[in-house]
Amino acid sequence: MATSVVEHVPAAAAENRSGIWSWITTTDHKRIGILYGVTAFVFFLLGGLEALIIRAQLASPNNTLVDADTYNQLFTMHGTTMIFLAVMPLSAAFFNYIIPLQIGARDVAFPRLNAFSYWVFLFGGLFINSSFLFGAAPDGGWFGYANLTSKAYSPGLNIDFWVLGLQILGIASLAAGFNFVVTIVNMRAPGMRLMRMPVFTWMSLVTQFIVITAFPVITIALVFLMFDRFFGTNFYNAAAGGDLLLWQHLFWLFGHPEVYILILPTMGMVSEVLPTFSRKPLFGYAVVVYSGVLIAIMGWGVWSHHMFATGLGPIADSVFGATTMLIAIPTGVKIFNWIATMWGGRIELKTPMLFAIGFIAMFIIGGLSGVMHSSPPSDLQQTDTYFVVAHIHYVLVGGAIMGIFAAVYYWWPKVFGKMLHEGMGKAHWFFMLLGMNLSFFPMHFIGLLGMPRRIYTYDTALGLDTMNLVASIGAFILGASFLIFIYNVLWTRKNGQIAGKNPWNAATLEWAISSPPPVYNFSVLPTVSSRLPLWTENGVSEIPDVPPEPVHVPGGTVWPIMTATGILAVATGAIMHTLWIVVAGSLFVVFSIYRWAFEPFEV
Amino acid sequence: MTHAVAHHTSTGLDNRKLAFWLFIGSECLLFGSLIATYLVYEGRSVAGPTTHEILNIPLTSISTFDLLMSSLAMVLALAAVARGDRLWSRVWLATTALLGLVFLGFQAYEFTHFVHEGLTLQVNLFGSTFFVLTGFHGGHVFVGVVWLVTLLIRSLQGKLGPDKALNVEIAGLYWHFVDAVWIVIFTVVYLIQRQ
Repeated sequence: MATSVVEHVPAAAAENRSGIWSWITTTDHKRIGILYGVTAFVFFLLGGLEALIIRAQLASPNNTLVDADTYNQLFTMHGTTMIFLAVMPLSAAFFNYIIPLQIGARDVAFPRLNAFSYWVFLFGGLFINSSFLFGAAPDGGWFGYANLTSKAYSPGLNIDFWVLGLQILGIASLAAGFNFVVTIVNMRAPGMRLMRMPVFTWMSLVTQFIVITAFPVITIALVFLMFDRFFGTNFYNAAAGGDLLLWQHLFWLFGHPEVYILILPTMGMVSEVLPTFSRKPLFGYAVVVYSGVLIAIMGWGVWSHHMFATGLGPIADSVFGATTMLIAIPTGVKIFNWIATMWGGRIELKTPMLFAIGFIAMFIIGGLSGVMHSSPPSDLQQTDTYFVVAHIHYVLVGGAIMGIFAAVYYWWPKVFGKMLHEGMGKAHWFFMLLGMNLSFFPMHFIGLLGMPRRIYTYDTALGLDTMNLVASIGAFILGASFLIFIYNVLWTRKNGQIAGKNPWNAATLEWAISSPPPVYNFSVLPTVSSRLPLWTENGVSEIPDVPPEPVHVPGGTVWPIMTATGILAVATGAIMHTLWIVVAGSLFVVFSIYRWAFEPFEV
Repeated sequence: MTHAVAHHTSTGLDNRKLAFWLFIGSECLLFGSLIATYLVYEGRSVAGPTTHEILNIPLTSISTFDLLMSSLAMVLALAAVARGDRLWSRVWLATTALLGLVFLGFQAYEFTHFVHEGLTLQVNLFGSTFFVLTGFHGGHVFVGVVWLVTLLIRSLQGKLGPDKALNVEIAGLYWHFVDAVWIVIFTVVYLIQRQ
């Protein structure tokens, strides 16, 4: 009996597990997670490079490194890339890899749809970046205000790339959103009740609900813009009676929930890291969960604080000022919970923990400057200045990116089976923290002293030469810190210490299985009886190393990437104004969907 | 998707059905944005034909009735598939698709007629908002018809037994949703016009 157990090989697992084709056709959530992570990191470096050119241009007054047009393209693509192609998909990498492991599932609910999301994201990212090849990168700012984006004021292809690219990316986000809600709600192992789920999974669930409700709104805003540019409609045409604020309302109705799409997963990540390295359960688990839900709900009622400068009138200003102040409460609750988690714990300052603590500190600074915007009179002084740039970078670099790298260092051993080098990790953390503060802290003053954002140069008479130089030096230190990370990854590949199942002695389910996990994740579906299964006696049923009976593993399929290719063809045809390519692409999408629907594929 | 293997789920609800409800929730926001825009821009056109001059309520009432009846046919189709009644599942699936096509025919007639009257996408805000909103809905009806025809073909191939009732149920959810959206559009655009 014992020998026959060893001979069991998971069904389709052994064949085709290597080579490029196996990655193209994969439906394994772990592989798709890695694809997301690598792709998003490359886009992150690209967006970082754009930022460095911006800072090089601004290092000295009246600089001529780039001209105004190029500068417009650089800041637009920097923002668009970092938000849609770096932070969101970096989170998606962790949704993919970690969520099924945390809830005790063998894959996501719809493995092929998951592959489809990735390919559509990749093609959307390539499509929007290919604009550089034509010297026509989007140049209307990452929130593309009407009517700057109209055909009259932006006659080139720049905005076309933007409007089509974002719609492609929206498809990827929506498909992933449906997939992960169903996965988390429906695929939990026995005993994994909602209030036993790890906080990362909880915050991801909340995030996906925001995705599936917020993305339709920007889709429609973009459809209007597309119709205006391609078919001459009047949605954002003031001459025909259109209202330019329609764009701003639709955009920020999506855009503010979007900032919670960026930050909530990260809040979940640090909520995993902090208890592990404090050797204490998360303080006030239920409150952390509920405040996350509350943030998502209240996040729908604050969008007009982006629009105080448009003159909405005293009532709208007061209401949105008040809701913006209110939303600071659940956010503050979380921060106090994290601090209380560390309080009295046996704190181990490993790299993930340092990043998590850095996240809390930087996010507090970003949160404080954020809540300053809730007062309309104060906001009017700050709108369109570097103060806003300082705020957004404290929450997105100090917040989202720091938190994501806490997760990178934390889950790296689980994903690749080896420990990243601690010393290099700490150096990365130190220089990142130093660089970002040096770069973004002076921007508060630069902004309050009157330097507008998005202007490609400034004069010495403004008296901001030194502070701008300091900000630029900080940016390069920040950029260089990621070189340490890249070197660390390469070093670890060769020399990294083998991780074992649970190198951090963490409490959640993903640490109960080998690192990296087997293709089927769990040899038997676990039964969970605790919120902290590995810190509790009998918190989870035994998971043998070898499956007692063969495990079915879904095979690969080519139709998700084919469908995504069709979508790319439609967008390409549209940008070329060539109808037959659009029609052919659409027919190919339909064809691929049918093949997908009718191919034999058992989950 | 063709497999009707019943997987155990945490809620007991089928994965596809849950995903589809989420999709419908998402679609509500999509149509919500379109309808809200129509309402915001109503009566703000500076040129060209406006609502009172051009909308034909009696005609569209007929097409609305037609679409509502298609929902009835959809319910009967699902019931027939679920009880394994091949003949009537084909009849009702075909009827639903046909009624959907008739609705699209009405819409095609309406659009051409409006263009002849001078209402185009470009002429004014009413044209832009009206055609994009109703066009989006028409696109949804079209997808639904293609879906229903696919189910009909599967039925004719003998591959739509009672074990596949869920496939029909999900198509039905979509069809009823598209129908319900039309009731809102018909009310907002045709019946309650701003004076």
